[in-house]
Amino acid sequence: MYEKVFLIDLYKTIYTIRIFESRCTQLYRQGLIRGYFHPYLGEEAVATGVCAALEQKDYIVSTHRGHGHCIARGADIKRMVAELFGKLNGYCLGLGGSMHIADLATGNLGANGIVGGNLPLAVGAGLGTAMRDQDKVTVVFSGDGASNNGVFAESMNLAAIWDLPVVIVIENNQYAVSTPIEDSTRQTELHQRGQAYGVTSYHVDGNDVLKVYELAQQSVSQCRQGKGPVLIEATTYRHGGHHVNDPGSYMPKEKLDYFMEHDPVKIGRKYLTQKAKMSDQEIVAIENTIEEEMEQAITYAEECAEMSLDEFCCMTEGF
Amino acid sequence: MIKENKREIMYREALNEAFKEEMRRDATVFLMGEGIAQRGGSYKVSVGLLDEFGPRRVIDTPISEASFVGAGIGAAITGMHPVVEILFIDFAMLAMDQVINQAAKYKFMTGGKGQVPFVLRTQGGVGNGLAAQHSESLEAMFYHIPGLKLVMPSTPYDAKGLLKSAIRSDEPVIFLEHKLLYMTKGPVPREEYLIEIGRGDIKRPGSDLTIIAWSNMVPRSLAAAEKLAEEGIDVEVVDPRSLVPLDKELILESVKKTGHVLIVQEAIRRGGVASDIASIIQEEAFDYLNGPVRILAGRNTHIPFNLALESACVPQVEDIVAEVKESVYVGA
Repeated sequence: MYEKVFLIDLYKTIYTIRIFESRCTQLYRQGLIRGYFHPYLGEEAVATGVCAALEQKDYIVSTHRGHGHCIARGADIKRMVAELFGKLNGYCLGLGGSMHIADLATGNLGANGIVGGNLPLAVGAGLGTAMRDQDKVTVVFSGDGASNNGVFAESMNLAAIWDLPVVIVIENNQYAVSTPIEDSTRQTELHQRGQAYGVTSYHVDGNDVLKVYELAQQSVSQCRQGKGPVLIEATTYRHGGHHVNDPGSYMPKEKLDYFMEHDPVKIGRKYLTQKAKMSDQEIVAIENTIEEEMEQAITYAEECAEMSLDEFCCMTEGF
Repeated sequence: MIKENKREIMYREALNEAFKEEMRRDATVFLMGEGIAQRGGSYKVSVGLLDEFGPRRVIDTPISEASFVGAGIGAAITGMHPVVEILFIDFAMLAMDQVINQAAKYKFMTGGKGQVPFVLRTQGGVGNGLAAQHSESLEAMFYHIPGLKLVMPSTPYDAKGLLKSAIRSDEPVIFLEHKLLYMTKGPVPREEYLIEIGRGDIKRPGSDLTIIAWSNMVPRSLAAAEKLAEEGIDVEVVDPRSLVPLDKELILESVKKTGHVLIVQEAIRRGGVASDIASIIQEEAFDYLNGPVRILAGRNTHIPFNLALESACVPQVEDIVAEVKESVYVGA
């Protein structure tokens, strides 16, 4: 049995990600956010469930589709919107943007614009913490696309031979940009890649936050016991294309319809009514608060200053 | 004791001493690479380190360059001071995403918050018929990337002092050795010392012409200078020791004094560091020049296995002598 407050926290995180991504997509359409923007819409339960199993001291290493990971680690959405606006009060002073958000204070070592490029970093974080007996676990998120990059195999192997406290989470949204997983690999059950390397591997429904959480708990606990890395394949699906300008026309309607119904927000809400015995009214009140916070974050970001060219030149002197 | 002060050790031993001192000083310093622990490294740089510091801090890796370099970067981001070795600079190409997209950009992308105290050590250059995939001089590949320091020591003294500084740096340092330098000897004091990265060194004072050279081109230039001295040409040899940051002041000061410049580079000429240094000199010391800035560089080719052809591909002592004479006589 779960505490009501815990279930509410999970839902708050899922819903915050949903609202953040939906509102930012609108802001993008209005021209307020530029560049690349890869929404986490439809995948919210993975970051939420995994990060709920972590402690403050732990690390995560994120991806180009990283807003959800950042929020799930407890980042301030004000500073996230500011970063997406390219403002000085953003997490990276407006120099990183959507693909490079990092919040070292919450142990988020950063999103990454290179698919697969984040995996070795997680191995290193795990290696350093293990060397210092720090009892920290590092979670690295990766997509199904990254699993076909050489560093995926290399990094999993390094984590395995050194028994590192690293959890590799494959967010299998079934597309590498637009290429379906069936066209990218013959073995589409990606958790089997882990077994081939002697790594404990699991599969989970990535849209069900409690299932993700329970498996993440078990995996993190195995890492803390010094038993080496774990691979989790979480099956999920995007609610749209690869980024905001990709309509995702290659995504079959029936499949999309299924996942729109088998939706992390709907499942999270179901847990609130069924397990926490909450009324629709109570849930709507939570949602309203989050929506208000998002509007405040947008106002905050709009009012923030940008870094001046002088400040930029000063900062990059000697590069 | 005079003998004590003039202690001479090999380049590889100087590097080994730097490791021992830094690893004793700071428990977050550790080493990773192929065959560095049990074997002590291909060039014996890490001999004895496994015995003293154990397998947790001296780690043999699988042949996974991209990932163990990236692991070093990840460890650095989270507070360690890793030194990662790549056997040959040619193999560093396998890890370029990690070096360029991760290590070099991390601090920048995080708005200055993320530090990457990471050292990538490797060695390059021609040496005794190692052919096209084990002989390259690729410093320009790293020189081009903002956010990386680039160190290329030419003597045991410089190697030790600079490696210690590299390990203490908060920023990623590419530390390039030369396979022909490992066995060379030079004076290294027993007392601890550091060399600031970004400070060049006059390896030989002179008044007629400035040679700018780094890594294995320094001993060759010094040998050429000795020959030229017999003919009454007094050459100054400036070793920048690090290419990023570059000790521009030292270079310009020397150029202004001699009025003649030859930049000697083992790497091929096209897109090389020498060309950039030449452009800096002509821009900032044009009025002091008595002739064009000359570059003697490797041929624009891959390195052949055939030994005679190999040596023809990179500057030799006699090439430097000839180039200096032409510069001084034609320019006079």
